[in-house]
Amino acid sequence: MVAVPIADRDTEHVLHEPHSFVTKYIWSQDHKVIAIQYGVTAIAIGLVALVLSVLMRLQLGFPHAFSLIAPHDYYQYITMHGMIMVIYLLTALFLGGFGNYLIPLMCGARDMVFPYMNMLSYWVYLLAVLVLVAGFFIPGGPTGAGWTLYPPQAISAGTPGASWGILCMLASLAIFIVAFTMGGLNYVTTILQARCRGMTLMRMPLSVWGIFMATVLGLLAFPALFVSAIMMGLDALVGTSFFMPAMSSMGQPAVHNGGSPLLFQHLFWFFGHPEVYIVALPAFGIVSDLLSTHARRNIFGYRMMVWAILAIGCLSFVVWAHHMYVSGMNPYFGFFFAVTTLIIAVPTAIKVYNWVLTLWHGDIHLTVPMLFAIGFIFTFVNGGLTGLFLGNVTVDVPLSATYFVVAHFHMVMGVSPILVVFGAIYHWYPKITGRMFNETLGKVHFWLTFLGTYAIYLPMHYLGILGVPRRYYAYSNGIDFIPRSVQEVNAAITISAVFVAIVQLVFLFNVIWSLFKGPKADPNPWHATTLEWQTPDTPPKHGNWGPTLPVVYRWAYDYSVPGAPQDFIPQNVPPDDRIPAGREHGLKS
Amino acid sequence: MAIAFAVILLVVGTVLFHLLSPWWFTPIASNWKMMDQTVNLTFWVTGVVFVAVNLFLAYAVIRYRHRKGLQAKYEPENKKLEWWLTVITALGIAALLAPGLTVWANFVTVPKNASIVEVLGQQWSWSYRFPGADGKLGTTDASLITLDNPFGMNPDDPAGKDDVLVQSQQLHLPIDVPVKMLLRSKDVNHQFAVPQFRVKMDMVPGTTTFFWFTPTRTGEFDALCEQLCGLAHFAMRGRVVVDYKAAFADWLKQQPTYAQMQARTAGDPHAGQSLYATCVACHGPQAQGNQSVNAPKLSGQASWYLARQLDDFKQGLRGAGVQDVYGKQMTAFAGTLADDQAVRNIVSYIATLADQPAESTVKGNVEHGKSLYVTCASCHGTEGQGLWSTNAPRLSGMSDWYLARQLNNFRKGVRGAHREDFHGSQMASMSQMLTDDKSVDDVVAYIRTL
Repeated sequence: MVAVPIADRDTEHVLHEPHSFVTKYIWSQDHKVIAIQYGVTAIAIGLVALVLSVLMRLQLGFPHAFSLIAPHDYYQYITMHGMIMVIYLLTALFLGGFGNYLIPLMCGARDMVFPYMNMLSYWVYLLAVLVLVAGFFIPGGPTGAGWTLYPPQAISAGTPGASWGILCMLASLAIFIVAFTMGGLNYVTTILQARCRGMTLMRMPLSVWGIFMATVLGLLAFPALFVSAIMMGLDALVGTSFFMPAMSSMGQPAVHNGGSPLLFQHLFWFFGHPEVYIVALPAFGIVSDLLSTHARRNIFGYRMMVWAILAIGCLSFVVWAHHMYVSGMNPYFGFFFAVTTLIIAVPTAIKVYNWVLTLWHGDIHLTVPMLFAIGFIFTFVNGGLTGLFLGNVTVDVPLSATYFVVAHFHMVMGVSPILVVFGAIYHWYPKITGRMFNETLGKVHFWLTFLGTYAIYLPMHYLGILGVPRRYYAYSNGIDFIPRSVQEVNAAITISAVFVAIVQLVFLFNVIWSLFKGPKADPNPWHATTLEWQTPDTPPKHGNWGPTLPVVYRWAYDYSVPGAPQDFIPQNVPPDDRIPAGREHGLKS
Repeated sequence: MAIAFAVILLVVGTVLFHLLSPWWFTPIASNWKMMDQTVNLTFWVTGVVFVAVNLFLAYAVIRYRHRKGLQAKYEPENKKLEWWLTVITALGIAALLAPGLTVWANFVTVPKNASIVEVLGQQWSWSYRFPGADGKLGTTDASLITLDNPFGMNPDDPAGKDDVLVQSQQLHLPIDVPVKMLLRSKDVNHQFAVPQFRVKMDMVPGTTTFFWFTPTRTGEFDALCEQLCGLAHFAMRGRVVVDYKAAFADWLKQQPTYAQMQARTAGDPHAGQSLYATCVACHGPQAQGNQSVNAPKLSGQASWYLARQLDDFKQGLRGAGVQDVYGKQMTAFAGTLADDQAVRNIVSYIATLADQPAESTVKGNVEHGKSLYVTCASCHGTEGQGLWSTNAPRLSGMSDWYLARQLNNFRKGVRGAHREDFHGSQMASMSQMLTDDKSVDDVVAYIRTL
């Protein structure tokens, strides 16, 4: 039997039509509802991680002022902050949130291809979050092993939460991966199988490309973390020695023998480095669409952008050990991983050039989403360039484990993707809610966040060059090379961090207030070309498209096409006497 | 428009910050100048790109900001431009990689004439081992590690007999001699890092890692652990002292070999008893302590701890501070102990005395103290029993007024301020979590209940 793409089938199945409040809003199989469930949960747990970061900064900025924050608290906060931000906020929000919302709408599908599994994905994700949060309430508290959870330390005496907290974390990660796999298979299959007629792969918006590749990375990378979690759990519970060598813990010989701590690091970073791009690629894709739409110009070099996403995705699997240059692995690995790591800078740089060249010759509307997109470019250029320091093995050695690293990864995979998240929320808010947000508050939010975060992270690079080590509870005692001025910088950084954290209340207020009081939104307020703006209803109803699926005639970037009556031509508008065909792929018209 | 000017200002501000920043590399003290040069080269290349891309971004926003009648240019691709940019970027990357990999080739190639030093990391302190006259380190095993064999030396390995064991946080190295640092850990991952040497490497239990360097100037340099190793990670300090060769040789001679350590005789309680006559007046016949003369209880305290404190008093590591009034009193008495054997004798006598819990004198909030004690427990044990491996003395059943005074001394820099009192300095770091006198009373009140 020949498989027929869903869009080409003559009859459609009736889709899991909701019959009650519960099936509509709680046990919902509608991708849009699931997207919002994912998004709200991710942002809620992200706020917890934000509060944790403020507590850490208070300790670092004003080390003798807060007796609430003891060393074990501090290490538990850094661990939970890191893990929540990377996995439970950014991964869940980009793929579970934006992926769920945008894939069916941008591809012209009625829903994900496996709606029931999609629903399960969210509820299992929620379970993972609850198990993670449970760590705060168990004896000994959550694990304080650092988000990298390196053994032996993660499950040995001397580390906070080494008996129960770590098990909670490992269980939560394993559950999260189950949830992600259910969602991820859905996203990939939907993109490959359920696109509407005419939506060829090379006509897809870059948002979909970014989410697609990130999901593929996730499906291939998360299993490495899954087995690591299971094996470390066994080492801790049953006394196996996958990662645990013979050692003397607190003066007592340990039960373990022959395990390899470095094996865990390899497995962790085999997941951990693609994870960076699991967060970055959706951000790359989405920001491309924001820039193009609000600059009223086609994305520059679309095909190169797609190939760059694919190249980055593939290369991201052969660079993992650049996190391990000074881990004690065979130092000859350094040659290989430095080369692969710096090669990945080429497709990444191409993306940056093309974003800026999209603005060049544009008609730039400085809307709130556009401000966030420009802010992203600046931040990402900064964070990307410092990656060239840390990726180049020799340069990494003096800088590794210092605040330079903290500054680098917060710029490149903290602030940059978060700016895109905000830009994207403002951009799609009218479609999701049917109302407009308050633009003034949006601008206030942008300016204070953009400038505030730079004030946090710029000075950190220089502390790192000085040699100030990361993951220190305090520096107050006995380090000759750290001058007093470092404490003043730390205080200033803390003030910026507290300020930026408070500013996020403006965002929350705007999003919630506008939900009820915002003016009714136009179905396509940004005059965008992609399919999600062409739905018959705003917000789109169940099934998205009314009686007939859309048909696509052009790529996603027909902005300011010469001879067209408007400065945009939606993807589902066929060429005719008045409306020219697009020139996708550089075809001459 | 504002965003374009903001980007321009941020670029200018970043460059100014870079040029004016007082925070920069520590003055280098090793042969790895090339590392600094590679970092500087990378700053130049990335700095130019940072300025160029962001200024172009700002210019594009200014020039193509929306105005009435402006229409964007429809231009899906520009193959030529895209390839040019790709090639230029690839060349820039190659320009960074070439020196980077060249220096790395030096890093992985240890000079043949390099001397060998082993650094042994543990939660949360360092010790060091030199191979001795035979130039070979003896074999070790984690299962052999005990209070009397902290290095886990294999007693049957002849190569280990002449190994020089440095049970101090302070390592001496001779200037201008390349040294291969062999790194080993007893328990979890650590990292031996000295910022002025630039090089660093993790220590991984179950295996030996290494790096090499040549010290190029004399001085004292902090050694830090830079791989998260548990609760007191931030307080794990060592020091490398780079000496001229003669001074280094003198220092090395004073350090015991493994054979000498094995040959040490145990303390003699009878000999210790007569020495204890000096102590009786203050500490009491059963070493039960006497608050009215500021003498803490000694009975029940671990012998290794008492011996170390006596040594510290003798050497002026403890009790030398101007403000340490009570410590100073002890210095004079410790000075009467002629040698290490006398110290071993006296502590072995104290170990024979009956151990009665000291009376309770400090009042505080036990519940609050319990939550604070979580941190203390990681070294001193959940029962306050003390732990030799973390260099932590027993706390439970000891004089509580004395614990409170010492905690306050640590907090205020009265104790632990001497540059070579590493254990004291570690405790001073940890005590920073106690932000006021009340917290001290609370945690001591909790320790009373153990």
